[in-house]
Amino acid sequence: MCMLKDGKMKGKKTGESYCLGIESTADDFSLGISTFNGEILANIIRAYVPPEGGIHPREAARHHAKVASKVLEEAFEKAGMKPKDLSIIAFSQGPGLGPCLRTGATVARALASYLNIALVGVNHCVAHIEIGKLRTGVKDPVTLYVSGGNTIVSAFDSGRYRVFGETLDVALGNCLDVFAREAGLRQRVGEPFGAVVEKLAANGKKLIPLPYTVKGMDMSFSGLLTAAVNLFNKGEHKLEDLCYSLQETVFSMVTEVTERALAHTEKKEVLLTGGVAANKKLQTMIKAIAEEHHAEFSVMPTEFAIDNGAMIAWTGVLAYKHGVVTPIEKSFVKLRWRLDEVEVPWVK
Amino acid sequence: MKQPLLVKKGAEASLYLAHWHGRKVMMKKRLPKKYRLLELDEQIKTYRTTHEPQLIHEAKKAGVSTPTIFLVDIKNATIIMEFIEGKQVKQLLSEVSKSERQCLCFRIGELIGRLHKCGIIHGDLTTSNMILNSEGKIFFVDFGLGEKSKELEARGVDLHLMKRALQSTHFRFAKECFDTVIEGYSKVLGSETAKNVLDKIKEIERRGRYIAERKGD
Repeated sequence: MCMLKDGKMKGKKTGESYCLGIESTADDFSLGISTFNGEILANIIRAYVPPEGGIHPREAARHHAKVASKVLEEAFEKAGMKPKDLSIIAFSQGPGLGPCLRTGATVARALASYLNIALVGVNHCVAHIEIGKLRTGVKDPVTLYVSGGNTIVSAFDSGRYRVFGETLDVALGNCLDVFAREAGLRQRVGEPFGAVVEKLAANGKKLIPLPYTVKGMDMSFSGLLTAAVNLFNKGEHKLEDLCYSLQETVFSMVTEVTERALAHTEKKEVLLTGGVAANKKLQTMIKAIAEEHHAEFSVMPTEFAIDNGAMIAWTGVLAYKHGVVTPIEKSFVKLRWRLDEVEVPWVK
Repeated sequence: MKQPLLVKKGAEASLYLAHWHGRKVMMKKRLPKKYRLLELDEQIKTYRTTHEPQLIHEAKKAGVSTPTIFLVDIKNATIIMEFIEGKQVKQLLSEVSKSERQCLCFRIGELIGRLHKCGIIHGDLTTSNMILNSEGKIFFVDFGLGEKSKELEARGVDLHLMKRALQSTHFRFAKECFDTVIEGYSKVLGSETAKNVLDKIKEIERRGRYIAERKGD
């Protein structure tokens, strides 16, 4: 057990059950430990930052395999418990990058068989929504989930999280990342490309026209990305202005679609999550439409907005309590597992 | 004019029921969006306010019922048009019998076919943008996101959106409805064009992320 600042004891309690969640869909390897009541005891995240270029799935997977045992140690230490105290193991079964997913799944299977406890495969996108609900207290939101791999506007209806709007090609975060890379910018641990672009955009003033592509409820970012990169290569505009215009345009698009989902579903809560949720400009825009539709706006703190093990642990608990377990022989990873394919019997 | 009554506060525009020179009209007003830059807001509003009436007019020529346009006020981003009395297809689909549902979907498919044949892309084919009036005519409304194009890509995206709208709102019989829409569509555009568009839809779906179509790769 360890002592918290406020003097309360944290860690193992008699009669309590615990779930270890393993997240490894892309560049982050993360482990979280949650009690069956949703108390998060540990959430350790290790990001893979490529020396240059984008994420090579094989290199990221190699990173995950390398850090796995160290992160495990850290997580158990943080939670003040031992592996044998666990009741179940949950892992991110998809969607994501194959080699990365397989690394996490291997750790999960090994631990579950060694400890002889149940394994629960969790959908990564569902987990983002569930941890959002747990941490912010929202009950039935329209969720905007924007990251490097996903751009999804969803809301619950009849047993599943339905996808109301999504990208037709690349994810919003990916669009920002690729632009930043093409523009020769660098990211560091703790300052991803999105943050670099946000900083530059803050000093931009001139709006440079870029394709604004909303098709019904869906969005397309690929043409806009190409246009922005071409403009950068021409060298006629200041990088600050380009970042500013890029942000204003893509955020306006995603805000318009979120507002459409809100108008359509008439839900009373909006939840913003995913890595891009950290962007202050996007937060302001989503908050504005929430207010206009008299809905409550919540944004996830970064630790639980980016890919994290805690969300997998908590969603594993929810699923397990509703009888969902994944036998090892059926625990293959699902690279393209859509959010709206998953039944969520715990949501009413 | 009596005080206009707000009937639908959409994301793209607000709809008001109003009386205008003795007529019951629908007033569509694109209000400024606080979240967008003023400049971008003006561009989007002006573009959509000018294009929508043009497409509504072209759709009529293509043989698709649309509201009559009475006034376009670009400065205030407002369109005054005929009020269509009727029921949204969105509501109807979940109320009617299977055969009525199929009949509706077939006719919707035909209407989309007529639009596409004349190079009109609706841009937001959802069942809330289709209204069945008391005479049994289906009206298409809300061409705000539409465009002129005869390209396979644009047609594919348009129908893909229809499919997605059915999946998110009418998931219980989405497949049945969409298949019937395609039957109606083929009747107007011919089975070869319809097949090409269907192939295009598959290609568009594969481009997206985490799509079942891509599971094999």
